[in-house]
Amino acid sequence: MKIRDNRAWWLVLPVFVLVAFSAIIPMMTVVNYSVQDIFDPSTRYFVGTEWYREILADPRLRDSLLRQFLYSACVLAIEVPLGIVVALSMPRRGLGVPVSLILLALPLLVPWNVVGTIWQIIGREDIGLYGWLINHAGIDYNYASNPRDAWITVLVMDVWHWTSLVALLCYSGLRSIPDVYYQAARIDRASNWAVFRYIQLPKLKNVLLIAVMLRFMDSFMIYTEPFVLTGGGPGTATTFLSQTLTQMALGQFDLGRAAAFSLIYFLIILLVTWVFYTAMTHRDDMR
Amino acid sequence: MSLQLDGVTLTMHGETYIDNACLTLEPGSFNVLLGHTLAGKTTLMRLMAGLDRPDRGRILVDGRDVTGEPVRRRNISMVYQQFINYPTLTVFDNIASPLRQARVARREVTRRVEETAAMLGIDNLLDRYPQALSGGQQQRTAMARALVKDADVILFDEPLVNLDYKLREALRHEMRKLFASRHTIAVYATTEPAEALALGGTTTLLHEGRIIQSGSSDQVYRAPCNREAARLYGEPPINLVAMRRRGQECHIGKGALPVPSVWQTLPDGDYSLGVRPHHLLSVPAAEAGSPGRQSGSAVDSAGEVVWRFPAYVRVAEISGSETFLHIGHGDLEMVAHLEGIHELDVDQALTMQVACRRLFVFDAEGNLLLSPSAPQPSLSRV
Repeated sequence: MKIRDNRAWWLVLPVFVLVAFSAIIPMMTVVNYSVQDIFDPSTRYFVGTEWYREILADPRLRDSLLRQFLYSACVLAIEVPLGIVVALSMPRRGLGVPVSLILLALPLLVPWNVVGTIWQIIGREDIGLYGWLINHAGIDYNYASNPRDAWITVLVMDVWHWTSLVALLCYSGLRSIPDVYYQAARIDRASNWAVFRYIQLPKLKNVLLIAVMLRFMDSFMIYTEPFVLTGGGPGTATTFLSQTLTQMALGQFDLGRAAAFSLIYFLIILLVTWVFYTAMTHRDDMR
Repeated sequence: MSLQLDGVTLTMHGETYIDNACLTLEPGSFNVLLGHTLAGKTTLMRLMAGLDRPDRGRILVDGRDVTGEPVRRRNISMVYQQFINYPTLTVFDNIASPLRQARVARREVTRRVEETAAMLGIDNLLDRYPQALSGGQQQRTAMARALVKDADVILFDEPLVNLDYKLREALRHEMRKLFASRHTIAVYATTEPAEALALGGTTTLLHEGRIIQSGSSDQVYRAPCNREAARLYGEPPINLVAMRRRGQECHIGKGALPVPSVWQTLPDGDYSLGVRPHHLLSVPAAEAGSPGRQSGSAVDSAGEVVWRFPAYVRVAEISGSETFLHIGHGDLEMVAHLEGIHELDVDQALTMQVACRRLFVFDAEGNLLLSPSAPQPSLSRV
């Protein structure tokens, strides 16, 4: 005879409630909004997929989506290799370990808007240290008027802020490699490249997966830094997806369109993350 | 080639890891380094490999001083206790890696990898990845990688410890065959005396960073130079018993026995006796009479003096067809290794005996004076 005991449901219940309130209900609200045209809480019309069609055809949004992908690609292309190099050059024992760990952890503790403000000031050509230096070195630099300079400033900001996350993750991966592996490689007369390629990189693969996904998602949702620096300008040069969305939802109070837009946004992140994950773990399954 | 350590000393953080090691390894020899954990086996191997530099002393290859030469310039391979392989390379590429680093021609690489893999019985696994292999196969791959490049010295750092019993026996047996026809110097570190004896060759006993004895394996086993060497080379370790000679009597514990003929040359004084656990026998109750309080002697059929003493059972460990009997005699604790299964109760009184000619005699400083005259019954039983 089977003993039926349903008390286990009580144990799962808190998770259900938590997930429902934190994810499912808000998400369904957004889904609900995205198929309606809302003027005020009592005046709303069902419009079906109209918002979706409109958004996918909107050139302003396509531009900011492209800009966003370009930006995330740049962030990954700089931060991941740089993080690996930093992790590889960190000391493995002695006093240097805590010192370098603390130095690396410091930028991570700074809030986004503070990072934006710091670079906004430091990059000014009149009173900012870097801006002044660069201009006096003969390079014309002004993030407020030149879109390229604004872009570079936002990128540098992100690299300054988040490379240490990648470096710390990689460092923890490197530390998990026993010394005998390096010793064996020395005895085999393996080159430094071979040690990296065949010993360190395979061990780093899992932490790199996490680092790439975290940095992708985070950079894809960037909002505060360009907002603080130039408010998305000059023009729309640094207006990324989340800022476009915020303008739409709060600036124009276009709730239906913003809801449809955020769902598309969400699906893009989900899709890209899934592709990353499958691509990076695929080779393991082949074995 | 030959490898020679000449007064090699290594100190780190004020602690001496290797103290004045002098050792000569002949070409084509199989050398076992036997010592407890932390005795310095791995450190000594690292010095041989050139991974560490000694503070004092020289390392000579064919008489040439290579002390300062880094590991990359020496032709050495090493097999570890852990199974060290490149995780993203197939077995073939793993074995081939040292050859490729040395820029050996492609066809030569294939030939040598296949030959070595066949020798180790992994030629059917060449396109697999290490994580798809069993522990034994992974270690065979690591060994093949060490063997493939024809190193001058191959160092084995307890390579069989992480394998199960059956595989160990099989691999150990193969290792002797692999090295029988080579000119490579093999150095094999182990904590197990039985392994040292089974592998044969020479044994070097390492104790607290010092080489205490070196010689052919069974010679070292039969005549350990001192008490430490005797304790080290035997599992369970040899039992040590204090003995005092006074005229024609030998006092052991509270008992006394006449001086056996083999000990006649010893002057009066204090000695210690080494008793191999498998030389201790339990005397059947009928023959022993009632167990007395004191130890004494008997004379066996060949007219030899036998030390006979009462003892109490502390623990009887039965393993398969053998019994390891921990016994107490006065304040002395001893271990006896008996054939067969003996189910004995704790605190049961027994009479034990050992023929005096089977005993090692050490002087007061612990150096060997007399070793058993008769050959040891069997070397496999350590």
